[in-house]
Amino acid sequence: MIEEKRIVLRNADLINPEKIEDYLQAGGYQGLVKARSMSRPDLIAEIKKSNLRGRGGAAFNCGLKWSFVPADAQVSYVVCNFDEGEPGTYKDRIIVQKDPQLLLEGMAICGHAVNSKQGYIYCRGEYPYVVELLNLAIDQARGKGILGDFNIEVRMGGGAYVCGEETALIESIEGHRGEPRFKPPFPGVAGLWAQPTVVNNVETFSNLPSIVLNGAEWFAAIGAPNYPGTKVLTLTGDVANRVSIEVPTTATLREVIYDFGGGIKEGKKFKAVQVGGTSGGFIPESMLDTPIDFDSMRSIGATLGTGAVFVMDETRDIVDITTRIAKFFEHESCGKCNPCREGTFRAYEIMRKINKGQASVQDIENLTLLSQVMEKACLCGLGQAAPSPILTTLKHFYPEYQARLQIQ
Amino acid sequence: MISLTINGKEVQTPQGSTILEACQQAGIPIPTLCYDPDLRLAGSCRMCLVEIKGRPLYAASCVTPAENGIVVETESPGIVAARKVILELLSARHNFNCQVCEKNGNCKFQDYCYQYGIKESRYDYGEETNYPINDCNPFIERDYNKCIMCTRCVRACEEISIARAINVENRGHHAKIATAFDGNLADSPCVFCGQCIMVCPTGALTSKVSAGLGRAYEVDKVLTTCSYCGTGCTLELNVKNDCVVGVTSNRTVTGSPVNKGALCVKGRFGWDFINSPDRLTTPLIKENGQFRAAGWDEALDLVAKRLGEIKTEFGPDSMAVFTSARVTNEENYVAQKFTRAVLGTNNVDHCARL
Amino acid sequence: MTNSIGELEKDARCIFVIGSNTTENHPVIGMKIKKNVLYNGARLIVADPRRTDLAKIADVYMPHQPGSDVALVNAMMNVIINEGLANHDFIAQHTEGYEDMAAVISKFTPEYAEPITGVPAEDIRKAARLYAQSGSAAICYAMGLTQHRTGTDNVKSVCNLAMLTGNIGRPGTGVDPLRGQNNVQGACDMGGLPNVFTAYQAVTNDAAREKFEKAWGVPLSGQNGLVLTDVINKAHHGEIKALYVVGENPLMSDPELEHVEEALGKVDFVVVQDIFLSETAKYADVVLPSACFAEKDGTFSNTERRVQRVRKAVSAPGEARTDWEIMCEVATRMGYPMSYENSEQIFEEIRTLTPSYAGISYQRIENGSLQWPCPTEEHPGTPYLHKDGNFSRGLGAFTAIDYITPGELSDEKYPLILTTGRSLFHYHTGTMTRRASALNEHVPAAELEINPEQAKALGIAHDGMVRVSTRRGSLEMKAKVTDMVAPGVIFTTFHFAETPANLLTSSEFLDPTAKIPEYKVSAAKVEKI
Repeated sequence: MIEEKRIVLRNADLINPEKIEDYLQAGGYQGLVKARSMSRPDLIAEIKKSNLRGRGGAAFNCGLKWSFVPADAQVSYVVCNFDEGEPGTYKDRIIVQKDPQLLLEGMAICGHAVNSKQGYIYCRGEYPYVVELLNLAIDQARGKGILGDFNIEVRMGGGAYVCGEETALIESIEGHRGEPRFKPPFPGVAGLWAQPTVVNNVETFSNLPSIVLNGAEWFAAIGAPNYPGTKVLTLTGDVANRVSIEVPTTATLREVIYDFGGGIKEGKKFKAVQVGGTSGGFIPESMLDTPIDFDSMRSIGATLGTGAVFVMDETRDIVDITTRIAKFFEHESCGKCNPCREGTFRAYEIMRKINKGQASVQDIENLTLLSQVMEKACLCGLGQAAPSPILTTLKHFYPEYQARLQIQ
Repeated sequence: MISLTINGKEVQTPQGSTILEACQQAGIPIPTLCYDPDLRLAGSCRMCLVEIKGRPLYAASCVTPAENGIVVETESPGIVAARKVILELLSARHNFNCQVCEKNGNCKFQDYCYQYGIKESRYDYGEETNYPINDCNPFIERDYNKCIMCTRCVRACEEISIARAINVENRGHHAKIATAFDGNLADSPCVFCGQCIMVCPTGALTSKVSAGLGRAYEVDKVLTTCSYCGTGCTLELNVKNDCVVGVTSNRTVTGSPVNKGALCVKGRFGWDFINSPDRLTTPLIKENGQFRAAGWDEALDLVAKRLGEIKTEFGPDSMAVFTSARVTNEENYVAQKFTRAVLGTNNVDHCARL
Repeated sequence: MTNSIGELEKDARCIFVIGSNTTENHPVIGMKIKKNVLYNGARLIVADPRRTDLAKIADVYMPHQPGSDVALVNAMMNVIINEGLANHDFIAQHTEGYEDMAAVISKFTPEYAEPITGVPAEDIRKAARLYAQSGSAAICYAMGLTQHRTGTDNVKSVCNLAMLTGNIGRPGTGVDPLRGQNNVQGACDMGGLPNVFTAYQAVTNDAAREKFEKAWGVPLSGQNGLVLTDVINKAHHGEIKALYVVGENPLMSDPELEHVEEALGKVDFVVVQDIFLSETAKYADVVLPSACFAEKDGTFSNTERRVQRVRKAVSAPGEARTDWEIMCEVATRMGYPMSYENSEQIFEEIRTLTPSYAGISYQRIENGSLQWPCPTEEHPGTPYLHKDGNFSRGLGAFTAIDYITPGELSDEKYPLILTTGRSLFHYHTGTMTRRASALNEHVPAAELEINPEQAKALGIAHDGMVRVSTRRGSLEMKAKVTDMVAPGVIFTTFHFAETPANLLTSSEFLDPTAKIPEYKVSAAKVEKI
């Protein structure tokens, strides 16, 4: 049986998160000290070599992302994406609540690597109590002079899902309507206030202190070679144990659901699991032996994304769930690009029609075409990923749709 | 210069060009709705999508840099299908009443629907936009049932007019163009310059002053210079049946060196005095305190005779000419020549001081 | 303008706008200034008794008392000199008269100017530093600077300021009068002035006169003629027997209208050429119908000296004819045959007599335009004058200018200062815009702008009717209660024949050089009715 492996949750429940002394006693900020003893190119090379990949939607090599910041940039920013807006996801909140200094240390390491003096934490608006904790942590770190000339400020989101997209998040910090920008230019070249900006999420930053301290080889050897390290997962839905866990990325979905989640509750049968949040694909029983690493998930049309694991038992109505998901995206589309703005709206209309038992095969064809276009044509990740639940449920659970079609 | 392949043809383009620019230089047509070379790029309409070999996503060519060696398809089956779906999605929210639309024949959305054969939308699932058309200003008609959310108006208002009167309100399908608090333009910072009309690709924003008077294919456009203030903006008089029926912008550098198409409320909407029934149409001679119509010969003879008499009796300096800051250089020249050479005085001035 | 409109959009790093409500009177120039300030990082200084749209985005806004321009600009120069911000290289190489000017400036400390201008001394300092330290600073002004008894002084003051800091002869610098009428520049260029032929060739200059005598085949008067305001005054005394008015409306635009009306009544023979039966045309003996800009070919010269084509789009109504055709007919009937085939032929004649236009032809501006001076066919035109500080007269002349008060001061009976101007939605005397349906619907009548504090003290409500009076007369209109004007200042427009603002203005105080009336300062009172 696979075991938990704690990197970002290493101090969880072992220290008092409101006390920086506890963190220091547990070896905190030694990573930063070491990082600051390294030259910037060496530090970036080290992170690149560790093959740490972003713990968000795109899983981009973290060191590589940093290397896009021009070495001679006069001003650059470090932004932490803490807009954890995916339904069923709370892993960043757990990390910060258990160990806020870890995040600050990770951001400061990044700040050194890209020569930034200013970091922002963009915190989900629904987490006001976490903002308090973060501000306390920042004050304590500042009081100890640990962050040096690196300043960190917390900004709160306003509840828009799209602001989890890095460029929409940047727009929001700038005080604009939360709409994604087109890329390129990528934030690494022109991000916040048109300056080079690194955007990573809480989990990514929180891995950094250990990597710096223990070396790239140590990290690269953990979990799957192409997506090394651990992943924090949050188990929700019809699983016996609704827990959050940190496991090596070699763990399979079956291990996650049955070994850690204790299987399906009330002895019912498994029907499907959706990984990575609302935009994740639906995975049937036959694919449960797939490891959770990003690339393996992608190979089965799913996404690791935020690490949300939403388990559905045999009694769940896949069409109804997909309709609700379609409603979610219709509501959360920012409206900037045509295919997402109108596509999410029409997709929800069609799903409603199917759900009510009023649809025809033609409607399914229209929906399929729309979804396929959206995946490739939308401006940002929201619109590109929004059709994934529809397409994967159509693929793996078509009989449930068929049963709903109007008899013609 | 860099080199890329577009539709199987090798194309050279300067470093820093977008794929759209490379296509335009190569004469390859790309449909665009939100793109406007004078405005900040949006990349949002997704009509200009192209396929780049080896990339999983379609790229909006207006915002995607042309790179050395890339292989681009602009009308692949996937791209055509995507454009059709986008047009159908827009059609489902667009109020198609082209037969009575001001922009009929001059509408990019109409053109693309025609080009891609969109006769009806498969996404017309019932819910349509139903925005009221009731902005009580005399200049700009706002019909958001024809709006395709390209946001060119928002950007023109922000970047050309710097009025920042309008922006996008709400999210998703319910997003729409509005003033702050979704009120009337007159209660916003709007200065009624009509730059929004200039850039609108559909019939969502049109001139109330020109309404019903003539559509683009019915009018001749005559490039001339505005007759209001001294800025010297150029504009196009729209002419139908020997009558001015509207004003549009010429946005080229050569055609519009001062204003590049930008106008003010007077230039764009203040032209119909030309057709005023108050215009003088015949010479008038005052008799017993009343004007009566007269023929040109009679009037001109009278003027020449009286001026001649006064010149003889009281001398040239008893006469004065007020020429005009409103008439042409040529007419001012003739006026001062007339004053100096014919009347024999330098008493010529105009209202430069007033 | 010494420089070009386009430079205000990007090259100018600081723009000093004085006496110009640019966004309403030159809206497209206003857009360019706003763009530069809001998006391209230019700094903006605004001096205006009214809190204009530009004032709202200015780095420094100075709401100076109407008529205190010289004191304000002198105080800015005082700061520049005392803080070592003057460009002494430029002064030494390109100017003369600095010492005399500096002697006058020495007393104009910001503290000295504060009570005169009503602008806090610290703001004057800030403005002076911004202007002097920006690298490329432009000055824009309009009638707010010129329509004073000290109009010429005011203009010379801002020229002093530009020369003091070397802000002349480079892109984004210069002194830019924003001219109010489409072809006021051209009318001046063409010699529509009593003292000069085309291109400002003096009628008193023998060589110039001989050139024109030769070209026109008649002897010409070498004596300066009368300026417009003097013509009206002489008419009043019965000394003007015939007046020929081409497209002007002095009975709306001139100060103290009753005075103008009486004057016109005394002229034996008045001819008016116009497109409408204007207020002035009603006093004519003969009215000749003319074509408007849409009905004729020709050229206009804009405020930046750019010569652009006017093209005939439609036929003139009825029997209306172009102004030049009418005048040629009259000339011919008076025994001086004048005839041209078309406007281009006139332009060709202009070129031969007008050095600054010599290189411009219809062909060259068919697809574009040219800015004079353009002396030869090969010359590309001149976007900005005085390149590298080389002034046309040789050295740039500083003028020592002391402050004098406006002609009319407020007193107990007339405690307020009335200033006049234009609205965005109307134009000059309204002959055109009052007949443009949408413009007239949107703004159908004049309003009196009054500060909320002042309005409250006088019991005046927004949209309530008021009577505004000066020593010349009174008008009734609606009040617009707005903080756009400071307490003590009121404002109205002169577009509306129903409420002709120039009934209130004075013709008594004219600028001694330009003979410009002091429209911007009239002592006034306001009553609720």
